Amino acid sequence: MHDPDAGARRRFLGRLAASLGAFGVAGCDRLSQSDWFPKLLASVEPLNHAAAKLVTGRRAMAQEFTPADLSPAFRSNGTAEPDNAQYAALAANHFADYALDVGGLVAKPRRFTLAELRALPSRTQITRHDCVEGWSAIGKWQGAKLSAVLDAVEPAPAARYVVFHCADPMEQDGTSPYYESIDMDDAYHVQTLLAYALNDAPLPVKNGAPIRLRVERQLGYKHAKYVMRLELVESFATIGEGKGGYWEDQGYQWYAGI
Amino acid sequence: MNDQANPAVSGIDAAPRAPAAPSRSLYYRHALAVRVMHWINAVALTLMLMSGLQIFNAHPALYVGDSSYSGRPAWLEIGAREDAQGKPIGYTRLFGHEFITTGVLGLSTDDARMYAQGFPSWLTIPSHQWLAMARSWHFFFAWVFLINGLCFIVYTIASRHLARDLLPTRRDVRGIGTSIVDHLHFRHPVGEEAKRYNVLQKFAYLTVIFVLLPLIVLMGLGMSPRLDTLFGGWVGWFGGRQTVRSIHFIVAWLLVAFVLIHVFEVIVTGFWNNLRSMITGRYRIPQEKPHA
Repeated sequence: MHDPDAGARRRFLGRLAASLGAFGVAGCDRLSQSDWFPKLLASVEPLNHAAAKLVTGRRAMAQEFTPADLSPAFRSNGTAEPDNAQYAALAANHFADYALDVGGLVAKPRRFTLAELRALPSRTQITRHDCVEGWSAIGKWQGAKLSAVLDAVEPAPAARYVVFHCADPMEQDGTSPYYESIDMDDAYHVQTLLAYALNDAPLPVKNGAPIRLRVERQLGYKHAKYVMRLELVESFATIGEGKGGYWEDQGYQWYAGI
Repeated sequence: MNDQANPAVSGIDAAPRAPAAPSRSLYYRHALAVRVMHWINAVALTLMLMSGLQIFNAHPALYVGDSSYSGRPAWLEIGAREDAQGKPIGYTRLFGHEFITTGVLGLSTDDARMYAQGFPSWLTIPSHQWLAMARSWHFFFAWVFLINGLCFIVYTIASRHLARDLLPTRRDVRGIGTSIVDHLHFRHPVGEEAKRYNVLQKFAYLTVIFVLLPLIVLMGLGMSPRLDTLFGGWVGWFGGRQTVRSIHFIVAWLLVAFVLIHVFEVIVTGFWNNLRSMITGRYRIPQEKPHA
């Protein structure tokens, strides 16, 4: 191994490999920022949704756990304290003046006070909350079945999605309120709740008081917190930036079952 | 390795195609389908590894059990913090032991700018923190990988590639000891023997194709809250979702280890010859070196 060229050749090959690698990563970054490539990547999303439905069935139940599995403390994620004066006023009064507004494509639009929501058929479930980031936490949720709310307002046949309008602004200047949407399969699912209690106590502000959505077969960002209004729609194209949710408008997948 | 186009390659008793052929003749080693699927697989797995590391970076910690907040600490955690002097450092904590990994894990430098990120930007797609886009890449190429993999498995059975070239024969199994010694001495088969995969190679390929790749797919699917609804939570059979996430990560690195060994063997047994055989299918049989 005394070939003087060998070292130089090895260094050259090393540099070549490194620059090819960098070229590859830079090329992928350019693709990520292009108009067409993310659309191509996103073309499999309907396939993800269809495959998940096909394999599991529409009514499949999310795994439930025992009290022994509960996370010692259920962490807060996303907004912990909505920067919204109207919300702050409701919270100061322990949500006594809160009412959930339900409208859109329904025969009988109406408002539900917290007492009315608590009087609806409810469910208690210990489930695993899976964040898109990768972590999981286990909590015990109690809430009104969303199906009971829908039965009370009688959705029109054209209604395809339930949109959840929330109290937490996502921009520093108080604009861009959080919102989310789910389809009717998930809306009528037995485990889909408008939760008002976590671990046998009223839902804390950091976890979405007074009402948060539980849609157990999807990732955490679908579980809208601080829900103020439900809107039944045929399409969410005209809401927000049209992708069906705050995070969806930032590029996250609308179907978050994977 | 081959298809019906060349009947002379079927198994150990195969006679040389042209016994008197000059040593420069090329042997048709890899069928077109195998070559195409090999490269699709290589591209898809590379992109999935890199986008997967970007997804990992969104929460660079791994746990066992159902949840990440069970009271048990993460068994692996990568992060950035300040040292006693207030200097930012990157760390990797493995089973409670902390290693300073500034520059590689936790905290890296890019164009003289320091940034906190689990795996460094040159290893991830996209290069900087962008979970939504990484998921898009990962799921798209997951379909490419899955369809390609299923095609390969059907092909390998239907074409008898599996039975003829990949399953070890009794003679192979008896020769494991010799093969290990040969590998350790970098002694590689020549002549007729070089037309076949050696026994360690066969076991490596079979393990990757039928154990590691199906396992990483299953563990990937196991992280889906929707798919976990099957059988009342089948993910529990594997120890829970966070264990499944850990296994997915570990298998990804086992595949990287396989690729490193694979590429090493490709290089030491004749890089250009091997590369050509996986592009054009043609392979020059290495001959016994004349004794000095």
